[in-house]
Amino acid sequence: MKRRLTGPRGLVGFLATAALAFAACGGAVTTTAPAVSAPAASAPAASAPAGEPKLEIFSWWTAGGEAEGLNAMFDVFKAQHSGVDIVNAAVAGGAGSNAKAVLATRLAGGDPPDAFQVHAGLEILTYSPDQYLQPLDDLYAAQGWDKVFPKDLLSLLKYNGHYWSVPVNIHRGNVLWYNKQIFADNGLTPPKTFDDFFKVADALKAKGITPYAFGNNGGWEDAFTFESVLLGSLGADGYKGLWTGATQWTDPRVAQALETYKKMATYANADHAALSWDGAAQLIVDGKAAMFIHGDWANGYFLSKGFAGYGWAPAPGTSGIFHVVSDAFALPKGAKDPQNAQAWLELAGSKAGQEAFNPKKGSICARTDCDQSLFGDYSKSAAADFASNALVPGTDAAANPKWITAYKDVVALFVSKGDVAAAQTALQQACVDAGVCK
Amino acid sequence: MRRPTRDRLVSLALLAPSVIVIAVFVYGFIAFSGYASLTRWDSLMPDFTFVGLRNYERLFAIPRFQIDLGNIVTFTGLFIPICLIVGFLLAVLLDQRVRGENLFRSIFLFPMAISAVVTGVAWRWMLDPGTAGGAHGVNALLDGAGLGFLKNGWYTDPAIGIKAVVIAAGWQMSGYAMAMYLAGLRSVPQELREAARIDGAGELGVYRHVVLPLLRPITLSAAIILGQIALNLFALVVSMTGPGPGFSTDVPALFMFETTFRASNFAQGAAIAMLMLVLVALLVVPYLIHTFRHEVRA
Repeated sequence: MKRRLTGPRGLVGFLATAALAFAACGGAVTTTAPAVSAPAASAPAASAPAGEPKLEIFSWWTAGGEAEGLNAMFDVFKAQHSGVDIVNAAVAGGAGSNAKAVLATRLAGGDPPDAFQVHAGLEILTYSPDQYLQPLDDLYAAQGWDKVFPKDLLSLLKYNGHYWSVPVNIHRGNVLWYNKQIFADNGLTPPKTFDDFFKVADALKAKGITPYAFGNNGGWEDAFTFESVLLGSLGADGYKGLWTGATQWTDPRVAQALETYKKMATYANADHAALSWDGAAQLIVDGKAAMFIHGDWANGYFLSKGFAGYGWAPAPGTSGIFHVVSDAFALPKGAKDPQNAQAWLELAGSKAGQEAFNPKKGSICARTDCDQSLFGDYSKSAAADFASNALVPGTDAAANPKWITAYKDVVALFVSKGDVAAAQTALQQACVDAGVCK
Repeated sequence: MRRPTRDRLVSLALLAPSVIVIAVFVYGFIAFSGYASLTRWDSLMPDFTFVGLRNYERLFAIPRFQIDLGNIVTFTGLFIPICLIVGFLLAVLLDQRVRGENLFRSIFLFPMAISAVVTGVAWRWMLDPGTAGGAHGVNALLDGAGLGFLKNGWYTDPAIGIKAVVIAAGWQMSGYAMAMYLAGLRSVPQELREAARIDGAGELGVYRHVVLPLLRPITLSAAIILGQIALNLFALVVSMTGPGPGFSTDVPALFMFETTFRASNFAQGAAIAMLMLVLVALLVVPYLIHTFRHEVRA
C-alpha cells in the first residue's frame, strides 16, 4: 500500500498559507514590545480623591538598579500622596530603543501617559514639543530649580526659550576607566591626552596586554565613544558648536578626531564586534585589557561584579569637561491626571526624590545640593566635577532624532571601513540635512 | 440588464466586509505610504509638503542603504537555493519509505513553526564566536571535532555578515521546502518512473528526466514564497545580529524600522518601504501573471 500525504495541491496550498502567516507574524514580533503595565500596590479606592486616582509613568527602566531607583521614587510619592494608583508603564529595551517608538505612537494617537522619561535636552524634539508637550517654566520658577541645577544644564534643557523636562539624574559619558593593577605593574599613569594614551597603549602592547577594551555589538557604542574623542579634539565650545552650526563638521579637528579614533581601534580587543559595552567592561574586571572609555554606568557594572580594582579619569583631552547624559521627565499635553503628573515632576526635581533615585541607579543628582554621604567614591568625585566643569550635551541632548540616527550610522560605518574623508563628508551632510549647517 | 439573483446578492454581501477591510488596510495604506514617501514628513508632526522624489534620491546616496540592498540580494540568492536543495534532498530521503517517516517529517518541519525571534536568539548563541578566552557554540564544536581551522567570527565578521543569517534562516525554512517537495514526489505516478526504468534510465536518470521536470511548478511556488520571506527579512536579523559591524548584517526592513520609528523620519521610512514593495513585486507579479494565464487557459 502506498502511503500518501493529503492531496498534493491541498498540502501545498496549506503550506503556502502557513508560510505567509508565519512571515507576517514574524515581522511584527519585536517591533512593539508590549507595555509592561503592572499597577503598583494600590491603596483603597475610597481614599483616592475623586476624578484623579491614577498616575501613569512611562519609562524604559525595567531592570536592575534603574527599576529599583524608580520604585524608590514611587515609594516616596506614595508616602506623600496616599491613595494614588501608580501605573508603571515601562517598556524594556536599552536606552529606550523600543520605548521611544511606543511613546511616539501613543502621543500621536492621543493616548499620552501622565509623564514620560526622555533624555534631557533636545531629545524632546522626537515628540514635537510645540504640539504634544507642556512647557514647565512655571514649575521651574515655583520650585526654584534655576538655582539648584547648574547653569550649563539649564541651558541644555531649554528649547524655544522654555523648559520642557525635569532632569532626575546625571551620568557622565567621557570617563576613562582603567585596571589599577595593570597600571601599577607596568609603572603607568592614566593618560591625560591622546598622545599619552597612545604612549601608554604602545607600552602595554609591547607587554602583550590589550591596551583598550571596546565593544560595539550594540550598534550605538561606536558613536557614543566617538563623542569623547570629538570632545578631546575640539574642546567644550568647539564640540558644542558642532550641534549648533558654530563649528562645521568640515573642520580639520573633526578629521583629526576621526584619525585618532581609527588609531584607537588598532589597540582594541580583536573581538569587539562580538561584545557589547558590558562585555568590554568585563575585560577590565578580568584584567584582560587595561583601559576602557565609556559612560559611568560602567561604575555600576564594576560594583555589581564586586570589582574594586578600577580607577577613573576624564577621557583623554577632556579634563574640565563633563559630557552629560541625563534622564528627565516630561509632561505631555492631554495627560489624564495633570495634578498627579505635576506632583510627580515636583518629586523628580526635588532633593528627596533625587536622593531616593540616584544611589540605586548609580548616577548622581542633577541638583548640586544632594547629601553626598549617600554616594560611593566615584559618584562623589563625579558630583564635584559636575558642579565645577563645563557641561556639554551628549548627542541625544544635542540634536534631533533624524540627525542623531544619521550621525550614528556614519560613525558605525567609519569604524568598520576607516575612510576618514568619506566619514567627514557624510557627517557634514547629516548636519546640512538637519538644517543646522549650510 | 439582468436582475441579480438572490445567490449573487448573498455572495456579494458575504464578500464585501473582507474586500472593504483589505481595500482600506492593505491597498489604502500602501497608497498612503506611497504618498508619504513624496512628502517632507521627517518628525512626529506630519508635514505633507510635496517634495517629489527627493527622498528616493537621498536614499540611494546613503551608504547604509546601498549596503542593505547588496545584503538582501546576497541573502535571497543564497537562501532560496539552499532551502530548495536541502529541502529536496530531505524529501527524496524521506520518500524512500523509511521507518518512522512521520517522526522525521515532523522533526524537519518543526523549525518552521518556531518564531523567527526564537530562531534568531538560539542561533545568536550558537554562532557567538566567543571571546579571546574560549570558544562557544558552533566554534567550540568545531574545536572539539579537530576542525579548529574552520572557526571564525560568524556574524561578527564583516566578511561573513549576512551569510551567517542565511544559516539560521536556511535551518528554519528548509523543512518547508521539504514538505512541498515530499507532497510533489508522492504525486509523481509510479507508472512514469517504471516506464523510464524500462526505457533504461538509471535511478539518477529517473530523477533528472522524470521527477524533476514534474516538480517544476512546486519549485516555482516554493521559490516565490521563500523569496518574499527573504526580501522582507526583519525579525530574524533583529533578534540575531542587529545591523552588525559596518552594517554587514543590515537589511532594508531594519533600516526602514529605524528610520521611521527611531529617527521619526517618516517620509524616508515610507520611501524604503515602497522600494521593498517594488522588490517583492518584481518577484511575485510575474508569477501571478503566469498563474493567472494558466487558470484562464484551464
